[in-house]
Amino acid sequence: MPESVDAWQLIAGGDATLFAIVRLSLAVSLSAVAIAVLVGLPLGALLALTRFPGRSAMIVVLNGFMGLPPVVVGLTVYLLLSRSGPLGEFGLLFTPAAMVIAQALLVLPIIAALARQTIEDLWSEYRDELTAMGVSPAGRVATLLWDSRFSLVTALLAGFGRAAAEVGTVMIVGGNIEGFTRTMTTTIALETSKGNLPLAMGLGIILIGIIIAINAAAWGLRLWSERRAG
Amino acid sequence: MMRATPSDLPLALDGVCLRIGSTTVLDRLDLTITPGAPTLVVGPNGSGKTTLLRLCMQLVRPTEGRMSWGGRADAGQGRRAILFQKPVMLRRSAAANVCYALAQIGYPRHLRAACTHELLDRVGLADLAARPARHLSGGEQQRVALARALARQPEILLLDEPTASLDPAATLHVEEIIRTAAQSGTKIVMASHDLGQVRRLAGDVVFMVRGRVCEQATAVDFFDRPSTPEAAAFIRGDLVL
Ligand SMILES: Nc1ncnc2c1ncn2[C@@H]1O[C@H](COP(=O)(O)OP(=O)(O)OP(=O)(O)O)[C@@H](O)[C@H]1O
Ligand SMILES: [Mg+2]
Repeated sequence: MPESVDAWQLIAGGDATLFAIVRLSLAVSLSAVAIAVLVGLPLGALLALTRFPGRSAMIVVLNGFMGLPPVVVGLTVYLLLSRSGPLGEFGLLFTPAAMVIAQALLVLPIIAALARQTIEDLWSEYRDELTAMGVSPAGRVATLLWDSRFSLVTALLAGFGRAAAEVGTVMIVGGNIEGFTRTMTTTIALETSKGNLPLAMGLGIILIGIIIAINAAAWGLRLWSERRAG
Repeated sequence: MMRATPSDLPLALDGVCLRIGSTTVLDRLDLTITPGAPTLVVGPNGSGKTTLLRLCMQLVRPTEGRMSWGGRADAGQGRRAILFQKPVMLRRSAAANVCYALAQIGYPRHLRAACTHELLDRVGLADLAARPARHLSGGEQQRVALARALARQPEILLLDEPTASLDPAATLHVEEIIRTAAQSGTKIVMASHDLGQVRRLAGDVVFMVRGRVCEQATAVDFFDRPSTPEAAAFIRGDLVL
């Protein structure tokens, strides 16, 4: 296939358009994951360690939201940010910021739900010992987060993988504007439909490389942590 | 250093019952634990020894009756420590496990490493300090847990079958640690199945059967003049049901 040869040439030649797109994609997805972690870890810890009415329902909903369809999240954020929407005055629609918001919402349930499960499992194991040692509530949270850090990083990588690979939200709220909100996945969708296969394939190769690198990192981290911390 | 907290002794149970669902785990316990030689809690499996220790640690609360620690109805975060029957190691090195317990009692940071080493040395594990605690053997984990309990400098040390998974040499070693702690003023309350061990360590004995205190006596009286047929049978090694 001549397209694949061209694709490799684009990558090897450091094609400026291609790498600008990669940079934007990574920036958007990393920012989204950072926000999701900041909200999702405390939320997960709270759900794991407290008991309140409606908690079970919240956990079920959260677990269900791990599989939210990106287009639905995109549509929701679109409605919120569109000119007539409640947040329309900020003029965020069709900007990278809108894409970050939408992906953060997409990834938040994954990180919160996995963190909740991890922290709750560890807490049921540690409860008696920590209580007997008189550990304060803040100390408990810190201990549980620290001792489950490797599992939590795995959750974070899962969230990043989901964000980097999805096309639905960024297409709807970003608008796929060239040089501004065009990401790897939206470019692949567009260029394929236009017949520009080398660029689409080049981006596809990079995207798969990133996803594999992330999973390799998660795998290596797990092996290493099992040897280190037990 | 932590001697500012009020004493938890005597530890008194007054008509204490613990019902979980429809089962009565502990039934009308009247018991006073006073300073002095170790109190050994003995009895067959399921008689309520572990549950009694958990009550003393205030990890569970009685469903009926009253408990008091040094006259107070709430123990607070006092000078108690417990070695669980199945201790759980934190996902850290053996040394970090002990150091963690030191941090919890506010032990000065710059002295923790030295104290950790001293404690691990005391339980005979100095050369395993850097190992991940969860990779240690059952008996080694039990000794790390003992070091962690000793780190709290407890006034009351609750031990739940601390030598159950130890080899004979380690058992004698741990008994020596317990005896030393008792001599330096720590009140030992310890569950055990091993009658030889009870004879070696006990000042007094609490004999439990099916959630009730069947007999409480000094060790000498318990072994020489058991006052209940159940205790006599238990000492002879007969089955107590
Ligand atoms: N959370 C609980 N729910 C229901 N039953 C319980 C619970 N905890 C303890 N029990 C029951 O209470 C009884 C006493 O248990 P406990 O663990 O105190 O016994 P033990 O004397 O320590 O036994 P062992 O010698 O085997 O360690 C057992 O029959 C046990 O099944
Ligand atoms: Mg027990």
